[in-house]
Amino acid sequence: MTTETNVHSRNLVRFAADKPEIVVLSGDLTGSTEIRAFKDAYPDRFFSLGMAEQNMMSWAGGMAREGYLPHVHTFAVFMYRRALDQIEMSIAYPNLRVRMFGFLPGITTPGGVSHQAIDDIAVLRAVPNMTIFEMGDATDVESVLNLAHDIDGPVYVRMIRKEIPRLFPSDKPTEYNKARVLSKGTDVTVVSSGIMTEEAMRATACLQTKGVSVEHLHVSTIKPFSDERVILSAARSRQGVLTVENHTTIGGLGTCVAELMAEHGMATKLRRLGLRDTYAHGASQHYLMSEYNLDAMSVVRAVEEMVGEPIGVTENDLATVRISEFTATAQLEAL
Amino acid sequence: METTDSGVSGERVAAIARGIRRRALELTIRQGGCYLSQALSSADILALLYGKILDLGPSTAPPIPEAFPGVPRPGFHPVGADYNGPRDPDRDRLLLSAAHYAVAVYAALVEVGRMDPTGLKQFNADGSSVEMIGGEHSPGMELTTGSFGQALSQAGGIALARKLRGDSGRVFVFMSDGEFEEGQTYEAIQAAVFYRLGNITVFVDVNGQQVDGATKDVMNIEPLADRLRGFGASVESVDGHDVEAMERAAARPHENHPLFVLCYTDTARGVSLLETRKPNLHYVRFASDQEKQVYVDYLETM
Repeated sequence: MTTETNVHSRNLVRFAADKPEIVVLSGDLTGSTEIRAFKDAYPDRFFSLGMAEQNMMSWAGGMAREGYLPHVHTFAVFMYRRALDQIEMSIAYPNLRVRMFGFLPGITTPGGVSHQAIDDIAVLRAVPNMTIFEMGDATDVESVLNLAHDIDGPVYVRMIRKEIPRLFPSDKPTEYNKARVLSKGTDVTVVSSGIMTEEAMRATACLQTKGVSVEHLHVSTIKPFSDERVILSAARSRQGVLTVENHTTIGGLGTCVAELMAEHGMATKLRRLGLRDTYAHGASQHYLMSEYNLDAMSVVRAVEEMVGEPIGVTENDLATVRISEFTATAQLEAL
Repeated sequence: METTDSGVSGERVAAIARGIRRRALELTIRQGGCYLSQALSSADILALLYGKILDLGPSTAPPIPEAFPGVPRPGFHPVGADYNGPRDPDRDRLLLSAAHYAVAVYAALVEVGRMDPTGLKQFNADGSSVEMIGGEHSPGMELTTGSFGQALSQAGGIALARKLRGDSGRVFVFMSDGEFEEGQTYEAIQAAVFYRLGNITVFVDVNGQQVDGATKDVMNIEPLADRLRGFGASVESVDGHDVEAMERAAARPHENHPLFVLCYTDTARGVSLLETRKPNLHYVRFASDQEKQVYVDYLETM
């Protein structure tokens, strides 16, 4: 597995090259949301709206009504928390083609509670007309502009930035409402999204060597959530389903899976890893993942409980299957 | 008879305004309650806009509004603004920010022949698109603006898009003074000034009243003109019942600045019976049949 840098930045410049209707709106976070390259490449299509997110969201709605395709960039919290009414009345109700790129999902930032989007999916999933994608790797990021482009309505992208892993082949783009099957198995189904997929991959690789048959699905389309692969896999799993998300367990991926399982009449057990109805705090991603049971070892322990016996995976086992290196650069960056 | 370049006489504008007031009172009596004071304070502003200032093409909507067509969804977008004519590059647009003024806009549409008078009979009826606080499916409305302070931001996006395209048509926004208590309004002014959007003209109905009473007692917004000038906007303060003064104010050149025409108005204008009920006129209903009859009698004199 490799680590890549500024994938969205490059992809946006490439994607917008032959689409003059694409405009980018920035909320004073141009460098932090990887749109400086767009600004340099297409200065006439870049609009600085300053630290005024309510205005920026409604403004985007106005431009979308006139046939432009606004790609709005800021930290997620400043969109869905600060400007929710504007998203709903100026964008979602009129079903306008505005693309919202929300950065700093969950515990990916040391910026603390004010910067950590821990409930964005729960909030925006409830908004009618909204489509939601969550990014887990470079291939997800490279695919998402294309996925969004086909959608006649607003789109929220839970975006990752700077150094991100390449977990999936670049020639196998992410598909709409289709989970990526990372391993096949019948004991336990693990459904993960976003940055949690890399952790879950480390865990499932170890679990497989210890004889646990794990089916691992990576989800990129959070809304709509009706993928047959998830339904069939959950139905097949002998010991239950485990969801792993960088988000509160109320209203996120775990809830999506729970709803789907209940609607299909499954009596299968479901365990959800995620933030357990709590805010987080400012610290490194690595530290927070461990503190809130969002790391590979937490996945292993959850599976152990589901199969009802110790599996014998150690930290050393996990270390040998590290998918990509953590870096401390995020902690040094100005917010 | 005095006429202007557009060939519309002052008497014609006054007649439209009288019609707006009469129809709004009629509706209030028939429905047992309505946003009457808003129609009374804004009648002259809307009459001037629809009767004289706005360069609109003919309505492309059915004279009698169709039933509520459903919410916007992929492949379907209702456009109440079709009553204002096609959204051509060289035509003006009117964006109603204070959606509680819908009744005044509906009445204005009837007065200028864009909507059939029977359309008003659907006002606030179940299944009708002629809603009490309209949305973008409602006659004359292009945006969904019942949540205050959002239209000016959307107007900014629209005006910027039109400027980028080189449209000659202008963007007019009708706001109420209460919206100047909302923080987003100032974000929008800041951005419209920053992007030098001279194609925006905002008419503000400064009627000094809101739900809880007089604006000065609920949350003071004055000195509004100074505030707006401080933001770098062009501002004119006028008597909102003096049509000529408003027209002169709106004609002020403002090539690189949004222009705000602050129209100071009276919520009992034309129906002085309401004087005694000030400042609690946000939604007018009658306490008794006796009181209602007084207004019925008054309507006959209008």
